[in-house]
Amino acid sequence: MRTFELTTTDFSQSVDEMRVGDRVYLTGVIYTARDAAHRCLHSDLDRGIEPFPLRGSIIYYTGPCPGIVGKPITSAGPTTSGRMDVYAPRLLALGVWATIGKGPRSNHVREAALEHRAVYLVATGGAGALLAQSIKDYEVICYPELGPEAVLALKVERMPLIVADDIHGNTIYN
Amino acid sequence: MRVILRQAIAVSVQALLVSINTKLPLDVWGALEQAKELSRGTGALFMDDIINNAVLARKRGLPLCQDTGMVVVFAELGVEVSLEEPLQQTIDFCVAEIYPRQGYRPSVVSDPLARTNTNNNTPSIVYVELVTGNSLKLDIMIKGFGSENMSRSAMLTPAQGYEGLKDFVVSTVKNAGGNPCPPIIVGVGVGGTFDYCAMLSKKALLRTIGERHRESVWAEREKELLTAVNELGIGPGGAGGGPTALAVHMEYHPTHIAGLPVAVNILCHSSRHGRVVL
Repeated sequence: MRTFELTTTDFSQSVDEMRVGDRVYLTGVIYTARDAAHRCLHSDLDRGIEPFPLRGSIIYYTGPCPGIVGKPITSAGPTTSGRMDVYAPRLLALGVWATIGKGPRSNHVREAALEHRAVYLVATGGAGALLAQSIKDYEVICYPELGPEAVLALKVERMPLIVADDIHGNTIYN
Repeated sequence: MRVILRQAIAVSVQALLVSINTKLPLDVWGALEQAKELSRGTGALFMDDIINNAVLARKRGLPLCQDTGMVVVFAELGVEVSLEEPLQQTIDFCVAEIYPRQGYRPSVVSDPLARTNTNNNTPSIVYVELVTGNSLKLDIMIKGFGSENMSRSAMLTPAQGYEGLKDFVVSTVKNAGGNPCPPIIVGVGVGGTFDYCAMLSKKALLRTIGERHRESVWAEREKELLTAVNELGIGPGGAGGGPTALAVHMEYHPTHIAGLPVAVNILCHSSRHGRVVL
């Protein structure tokens, strides 16, 4: 098991070296999107609108606890990635570098990820408080009407992740 | 008749909602420590995060998980008690006030197909059982849906018996895989009717880890099922290298001569529940 200290901007340079089970500490900007945001994102894409630049982005499947004034985002662990499998190949084809969630992906997503050299990272499910510590700032990017399901840009610092599917066809879920 | 005031219920319930969203019960804590000892490799990495998360959440009063759940209440209401309003109304008042105030995620949509968020995490699911006496006992659970989504029920035939039940429980846990945030707690309801069985499977999740079924034959089955699901090797976070389940709790009820209803309710490692008695 290796440990990578990566930023979201130079992330793609290391994907070749990553192997399942490796620890990744991620720093930079990532985008949240879960069920409702994916549905909106796809209808926007159908109409030719790309609400935030997908190429080179990293998507985190989460809907954080909003928190309170002076203490925003108190808990932000991953949600089950499998529910986003129906949407994932299109986003990977548009250049998303990595997705972050929990639980195994279906074969069609793994095939799309291999084709587009995208890794799948997992954050520890149910470790929302711990993961929120690595979020330093956030901004609502689109779909504010979705409340906890809006797309946020999260500024993260050393977010602890594990490589679940690498670009060599391996998975930690066997 | 003894009158229990809405305000008295609200004070206790709101305090409990904050406490269970931020602090794991001691039995769960102990079971997780034990699971950590048994884990290695990536499984140990997941267990470290899980324990560190619980420590941090308790210390800083943070929600253990961003999925602050649907609030599920099992109430035992004494027949000598008089309430000021239906219990559902009081519980929903508590949730609607405390969730936004604490910044817990509102996770409930009003119409399952239209999917508009109610923005205050109501309504809750409230089961009321009338019992003798003059007190009100509330067991409250924060139920996340990562694990709820992996739950299943089946109407087995009497001929399928315990073997059929065992296969169903094991295959449900197997299909759930790494999705429901293992190490999980498995609630199994057996008998009753289609709906009652599912309710029992949820109620089973409230039992303290380490406590066995009151009847030894059922306690043995729990032990056997726990071994069977742990042999699946799913492990913490689904990556193997440690326990898949912390406990299997079964509850049964008399059923019809033609049927063997079975329900498996899965709960994530973040088992958040508590009790108030008024």
